[in-house]
Amino acid sequence: MLLIPCPWCGPRDEAEFHYGGQAHVPYPQDPSSLTDEDWARYLFFRDNPRGPFAERWTHASGCRRWFNAVRDTSTNEILTVYRAGEERPATFESRQVHPARPALEDEAVQAEAGSGAAAPVEVRGAQPPLGSGPGAAAPVGVQGAQPPRGSGGAAPSGVEGAEPLEDRTGRGGGGEETQPFRHPTRGRIHRDTPLTFTFDGTAYQGYKGDTLASALLANGVIQTGTSIKLGRPRGIFSAGVEEPNAVVQIEAPFPEPMLPATTVELYDGLVATGLPGQGRLATAPDPARYDAVHAHCDLLVVGAGPAGLAAAAAAARSGARVILADDQPEPGGSLLGTGELLDWVDDTTARLDAAPDVRVLRRTTVFGYYDDNHLLAVERRTNHLGAEAPEHVSRERVWRIRARRVVLATGAHERSLAFADNDRPGVMLAASARAYVNRHGVLPGRHAVVFTTNDSAYAAALDLAAAGVAVEAVVDTRAEPGEWAERARQAGIEVLTGHAVTGTEGAPRLTSVTVAPYGETTGRREFAADLLLVSGGWNPVAHLFSQAGGKLRHDEELGTFVPDTCRQAVEVAGGASGAFELARVLAQGAAAGARALQAEGYTCESPRLPQVATPPQTPPMRVFTIPSREGAPRFVDLQRDVTVDDLARATGAGMRSVEHTKRYTTAGTANDQGKTSGVLASGVVAELLGVDVSALGTTTFRPPYTPVSFAALAGRDRGALLDPIRTTALHEWHVAHGALFENVGQWKRPWYYPQDGEDMETAVLRECAAAREGVAFMDASTLGKIDVQGPDAGVFLDLLYTNMMSTLKVGMIRYGVMCRPDGMVFDDGTVIRLDQDRYLVTTTTGNAAAVLDWMEEWLQTEWPELRVHCTSVTEQWATVALVGPRSREVLGSLAPRLAVANEDFPFMAWRETTVAGIEARVCRISFSGELAYEINVSPWEALALWEALYEAGAPYGITPYGTETMHVLRAEKGYPIVGQDTDGTVTPQDLGMSWVVSKKKRDFIGKRSHARADTARPDRKHLVGLLPEDPGTFLPEGTHLVAGSVLPAPPVPMLGHVTSSYRSAALGRTFALALVKGGRDRIGERLYAPVGDRLVPVTVASPVLYDPEGARRDG
Amino acid sequence: MADTAVTTPLRSPLSPAAGRLAAATRASGGAVRLAELPFLTQLNVRLDPKGAAADAVGLALGLQLPVEPGAVVRAGELTALWLGPDEWLVVGPPGGRRDLESRIREAAGDEPVSVIDVSAQRTTLLVAGPRARDLLAHGCSLDLHPRVFGPGRCAQTNLARTQVVLVARDDPRAGFWVLVRASFAGHLTDWLLDAAVEWTG
Repeated sequence: MLLIPCPWCGPRDEAEFHYGGQAHVPYPQDPSSLTDEDWARYLFFRDNPRGPFAERWTHASGCRRWFNAVRDTSTNEILTVYRAGEERPATFESRQVHPARPALEDEAVQAEAGSGAAAPVEVRGAQPPLGSGPGAAAPVGVQGAQPPRGSGGAAPSGVEGAEPLEDRTGRGGGGEETQPFRHPTRGRIHRDTPLTFTFDGTAYQGYKGDTLASALLANGVIQTGTSIKLGRPRGIFSAGVEEPNAVVQIEAPFPEPMLPATTVELYDGLVATGLPGQGRLATAPDPARYDAVHAHCDLLVVGAGPAGLAAAAAAARSGARVILADDQPEPGGSLLGTGELLDWVDDTTARLDAAPDVRVLRRTTVFGYYDDNHLLAVERRTNHLGAEAPEHVSRERVWRIRARRVVLATGAHERSLAFADNDRPGVMLAASARAYVNRHGVLPGRHAVVFTTNDSAYAAALDLAAAGVAVEAVVDTRAEPGEWAERARQAGIEVLTGHAVTGTEGAPRLTSVTVAPYGETTGRREFAADLLLVSGGWNPVAHLFSQAGGKLRHDEELGTFVPDTCRQAVEVAGGASGAFELARVLAQGAAAGARALQAEGYTCESPRLPQVATPPQTPPMRVFTIPSREGAPRFVDLQRDVTVDDLARATGAGMRSVEHTKRYTTAGTANDQGKTSGVLASGVVAELLGVDVSALGTTTFRPPYTPVSFAALAGRDRGALLDPIRTTALHEWHVAHGALFENVGQWKRPWYYPQDGEDMETAVLRECAAAREGVAFMDASTLGKIDVQGPDAGVFLDLLYTNMMSTLKVGMIRYGVMCRPDGMVFDDGTVIRLDQDRYLVTTTTGNAAAVLDWMEEWLQTEWPELRVHCTSVTEQWATVALVGPRSREVLGSLAPRLAVANEDFPFMAWRETTVAGIEARVCRISFSGELAYEINVSPWEALALWEALYEAGAPYGITPYGTETMHVLRAEKGYPIVGQDTDGTVTPQDLGMSWVVSKKKRDFIGKRSHARADTARPDRKHLVGLLPEDPGTFLPEGTHLVAGSVLPAPPVPMLGHVTSSYRSAALGRTFALALVKGGRDRIGERLYAPVGDRLVPVTVASPVLYDPEGARRDG
Repeated sequence: MADTAVTTPLRSPLSPAAGRLAAATRASGGAVRLAELPFLTQLNVRLDPKGAAADAVGLALGLQLPVEPGAVVRAGELTALWLGPDEWLVVGPPGGRRDLESRIREAAGDEPVSVIDVSAQRTTLLVAGPRARDLLAHGCSLDLHPRVFGPGRCAQTNLARTQVVLVARDDPRAGFWVLVRASFAGHLTDWLLDAAVEWTG
């Protein structure tokens, strides 16, 4: 949502504005002097530049002023605005491109001053620190010193490693106790709150704080389904939103398809099933509530990991409004998974929760980043409560956040590697396994092999080992992994440097892992393992940054794509910027938060940041694929079953861009949107093409970051609240009297009033007969009404209407037509002259707002010298149409002071009087050809008037009628309805209304176009009547008309189409109105209307089929 | 018009909803207060703020028509809302529009000033209580924080996809006036009651 700065009201959402096309295209001084070509140039030709473009806009929902804006058409940025009549500014500032993070020097200074985070390494304990800061429990070997129960049985067997305890079903360890894979002490789960849930028909137990995935793992269940295309068993692969495999269907309490089990918080009574790659939509309506709220802040921090928390902490006490949004139930981000700095997390969270101007949004995923720092987030408010969710609280809420500044601290996703059979249940991202151990107290397996290209997986290996998992080997593609390898060895773990995993076995669950020197096929070794941890490096979560319009660049050292520059006020901190070392992450976050608020004029205190040791570092190795034996699939996108071979087929077919290979193979198009596979796919394609991945880039990141349900996006915009419903002051009477309603614009208008089981046809014939033979009345309050006031009101209306309004006498009424500059009919209605300099203009029901906008546009941009003001008074008046030969008697009986005789109160006059004691303006106008009045009163008294008319008309059988009868009555008289019988290509002359087009006026809008060669063509479509030769045959509206009784071979020349079609009580037959080429010259001619398989013969007639001499008008 | 029609009881656009609004107010335990303020006098005044009429009309009304966008000026029973650079809505208690209209017209003399009675065009909803701002935030994209939209501020904007005039009342605890077109008032009421369910449910 763009913010458009109204020159008066300031920045507002673009939804408040209407676009008016190119600015500075003045209406020609004397259109009649222009050639057709010059006039056509004015009408139809506009510039279409790339770059700055001056346009007209109006603040339609606000001050109704038209103004000019210079918008860059390539970026959509509004560069400047200025008021109508002002010159376009010669210069204006373009928005600057900012780096995703400022220069490092700057940050170092900030960090040093602010936090001491860059302090020297602090060594605690005898062991060197392990990338875990002082907050972490203890060095390797001490964490979880006791092996968990159930893991002790298997001693090393013949092969390296141990016999896995799995029963090879992939469905669990088969232990007798519940949760055999639960660590006795670890994790942040609430062991005092056990929860029961069902998966694939089996009941299990977990704890509050579990995800469905962690609870399944605790019960030894790792396989959650099969893959979509190949039907291969698939298991839990990650611990977060990036999950490609463990996509489940929630069955109860409410069915929901395709949720990653890694993101479903466990609740009591949860029932879920695994999916074969595809879920099922619920068939019952969702009973939950969903809503949306708008929020504004000085700083939005996305992600409450170390960087995000540090950023929010820096901003917390400044007085600025800060929102911190995180998708997890509790802040901490990656620290929850690594187990580091948890005291600092808790302290900081408590301080943020207590800060008056800070809002911490938990369980809230920011999923879209749009123009002008407008971000959308979805908060899962009651999903985690299961059946306990209160009915009156929305289940999910969409936050529409407008932030002055944004800090993206969205972290990074671990990348997989493409090796043979890398998809078996038991293959898991390394950091995810670490998170299960530290956060959920779950061992994802008993015997693990770790396969890595970088340092980060060592910490996972050490934590798993400490928790009692037998880590059989760390397989590192790097020849010299450095100090981390030493630490692993010290912990008793074998490290195979310069090695890679070349294959796996197990059905369904992993049972063994084959390893060979990287790039070689000999020297293979096999390890028995039920868990294979994989780390192919880290991808910054740059999705939101990219959506914001930010550019990414390839970082050679990290071997991945990182945020580079952006035009929005956003900064990226921590893992999302490619910083993976905790001290740097914290410093970046704090500095980013402080900078953002300083830019907004706030003073920030330095937050208290924990001291963090700097771990040893060895550069990662860029690896995407591992050579394998022929025929073994190497999966790139697990969710779409896309392999290296599939990508090879794409490049073999000539694809040279990742956007093309994506569409060819569907890699990255599943509901995980390729979070674990995107960069891997780029890397594979780069290898296949023999180019560098930096030249290839990534596919485009589009919202939403994670799937968002339609229900959440709809919010409360459904059912009766989907679109505003407009009603008149008489609405309840209509409802009470059985009216069916027709939507006209947003209005609910009575359509017809069926009585005693009447169908529509019978009811409408009855209502029509009452209007033609007795008396009937209708609620006409919905017609648009505009008060036009000022000394130049007459001049102005003469320019707007095709006919003359300035000569109208006070007390009289005139029908008028408005055209667009192209000469086509735009609106019609009556004009009442209230006073010398005051008119009341009526518009069609649906066009009221458009006509007022239209008037303001001309007044404000073309004719500002005219002293005229236009004001909507549509709802100031309620209008009742009283129609029929007996209407005079009814009115007379209620308006004793009104002389109702024809000579006293002639057609097209208006009178002020009282009707039923109510002050009223009565107009003698007719849209039916019958004697008729329109009675206008205050809507506060409309019901009293209506009921008085109903009572006074009872002796004459007064009948309420709706829009359908109105349409029939007017069509019998050939009165067109703008928008039904016209479609923007019809001139007043086409409608047979040349009489409404002034020949005297020097100019009016549309006049010049009426002299164009095209509008003078004899074969233009004219409005005519159509009489089916069988008087009972009904022509559907839209039916085409052809010349012959036999259809020629296509293309069949079309002569026109039916615009309105009815059954007439007065004519005793069906009839229609139609736009027909040269129609007025065809009156009497027979044409054919294809209806279904038949060609219905019809006769062209005058559009005025009833009372052509107008004898009924005066009663 | 209705000023003299004492025989006919007046029906406001939201009279059918009065019971529901009161019930929601009670059920919320004071978190939100919702009520229609019917029949307020509302005059749309258009004039050149730099012209002679501006001062004269200001004198006649006893208040200076605000020229700052989105400003509200109050004096006695009258409130003048800025609607546009040459447009104001003068709001007063029910029943005074004839008198008010003639006062303005007389003060304007021969100047091209437009005065239009729009008292029935919009009705007024009171949205108050500690949760008033949160309630409006469900459907209004404006920043209604007191620092931004405090006493003395008004805005024409969209609420629940309906055009409204929002007025921050003098005391932040007094909440907001929401002036809404009469035909949309029923929809807006349904919407507000639905959005308030969190506090009334």
